[in-house]
Amino acid sequence: MGISVEGANKCFGDFQALDEVSIEVPDGSLTALLGPSGSGKSTLLRAIAGLETLDAGRVLIDGEDVSKKPTQKREVGFVFQHYAAFKHMTVYENVGFGLKIRKWKKDKVRARVDELLNLVQLHGLADRYPSQLSGGQRQRMALARALAVEPQVLLLDEPFGALDAKVRKDLRTWLRRLHEEMNVTTIFVTHDQEEAMDVAGQLVVMNQGRVEQSGSADDLYDKPANEFVMSFVGEVNRFGDHFVRPHDIEIVRDRDDSTEEAMVQRIVALGFEIRVELVLGDGTEVWAQLTRGELQRLELREGQIAYLRPVHAKSFNGSAPSNPHGASTPQGSPDGGDAEITAAA
Amino acid sequence: MSRSTSSRWGLRALGLGYIAVLLVAPLILLFYKTFEEGIAPPFEAITSGDGLHALKLTLLTVVIAVPLNTVFGVICSLLLVRHKWKGNWLIDAVINLPFAISPVVIGLSLFLLYGKQGWFEPGLAEAGIKVLFSTPGIILACVFVSVPFVVRETVPVLQEIGTEQEQAAETLGANGWQTFWRVTLPAIRWGVVYGVVLSTARVLGEFGAVSVVSGNISGETQTLPLFVEKNYENFNLPGAFGAAVLLALLALVVLMAMNLLKRKEAA
Repeated sequence: MGISVEGANKCFGDFQALDEVSIEVPDGSLTALLGPSGSGKSTLLRAIAGLETLDAGRVLIDGEDVSKKPTQKREVGFVFQHYAAFKHMTVYENVGFGLKIRKWKKDKVRARVDELLNLVQLHGLADRYPSQLSGGQRQRMALARALAVEPQVLLLDEPFGALDAKVRKDLRTWLRRLHEEMNVTTIFVTHDQEEAMDVAGQLVVMNQGRVEQSGSADDLYDKPANEFVMSFVGEVNRFGDHFVRPHDIEIVRDRDDSTEEAMVQRIVALGFEIRVELVLGDGTEVWAQLTRGELQRLELREGQIAYLRPVHAKSFNGSAPSNPHGASTPQGSPDGGDAEITAAA
Repeated sequence: MSRSTSSRWGLRALGLGYIAVLLVAPLILLFYKTFEEGIAPPFEAITSGDGLHALKLTLLTVVIAVPLNTVFGVICSLLLVRHKWKGNWLIDAVINLPFAISPVVIGLSLFLLYGKQGWFEPGLAEAGIKVLFSTPGIILACVFVSVPFVVRETVPVLQEIGTEQEQAAETLGANGWQTFWRVTLPAIRWGVVYGVVLSTARVLGEFGAVSVVSGNISGETQTLPLFVEKNYENFNLPGAFGAAVLLALLALVVLMAMNLLKRKEAA
């Protein structure tokens, strides 16, 4: 079931959460809505589920306009950042909730719930209450609950946002595999570009209520449409009007026409990767990413003068970026999802 | 003994002493006085026609006023918390009024509304309904004084649980009614139960408002607290003490029922 959103607008008071947003999500795909907090990504997801009503625009699921349909008739599976577990019900009752609402027979419910608990590896915990589960287990329970009713589409709102790094990584891999098995059209919201690139086949980058660019991870990384996308999906340095990724800065020992002089300020060894921080003649601070071998070959030392040669530099003149990021801070500081948007709802 | 433990013991003694002198001692004395000459005198005084009638009337008031205020309280809490509206502060303030106003004043205002030359008097008289000096007036007074309890206990719980569970139920296909019964109500039940317990205790013991609107007619419009007062004034001490003990026991039963329910829930 493909999903499309056409010309979506949504305001919360003075705050424009969605500004003429249109997206196209192909049937069976796994798509990430990526953006900093306040970019409107959660609002868009909630609008697809019917949890927010759009001021203008429409939502189509499998070609059908569902804009006027209430949430409970849209047949979407929704997973919340903070799990939204029914605290007074056991794991079994949580997962079976949608089936009970649909008046399934008891034995059919049992079979389906058992099947799902196996799928999310929670068999044996059926009689526990959510308070007795870890965060990762709760989120898997929430996913099983959403999948139990065989939704047309699966929507995940920062599903791993409240989990610690290790569990997050495991669940990421696990979600990707699950999607390969189930093949249900899935959209998930995240502010973490690495997570989006790891899990999703298609990415939609949002900023200030607008779609900045959509495409595959490679498209966004190699052919960013503007400065915002370039700085959000990876790390970036700014040379005047030009933007260069840290691994696209060559450091050489001899000057020529294509190089710029810089002073090595600091060398940080992060295992295999070496981060070299430099200051240009005009005071601009940049950093380059080297391998351990390259560093040894160059024999760089802090305080030394070196010469930089930026390759694959990009400039976005004319395509005025909506929110220029600080060039040497690669990713804003996205945290906490879109709390301020949903709170205003 | 370190300083902090001694001060902790001091505080504990102070707290327990306060409770013992001000709460427990009077109640124990009441029980002692009541049963000083055995169980027979207070028992007879209560089971006399008027005492039994007062008990029945009090229980009837509880059975009508408490469910009314529970339903209204839950609806009102949902409105206050889930439907943001500019006038909510006003509703909130009005609901608190019975806490702030003396019950006697409440009784008097009901008098003005339903009494002779009251706003509602002509219509009600035509329909043959007598409000003042009869059961409806007593129930109205009790509803009035116990309105805030369920709302006050339920609103914070509703705020705390947030809307995510309800939204999750919606995405799983539940309509508003199903969401309320299966998700919202179970999540707020302890707030509601606590509100019900407090309302019940208040209705059981309400004196001021009821004494104004009921006329305090023995065997007709006399509730248990009024029965206590009348017997006390007439120096019928076994009757007064017996009914007082009965009231205290009823309140204890309600509190214990709540604790039992809670313990069962936790197990």
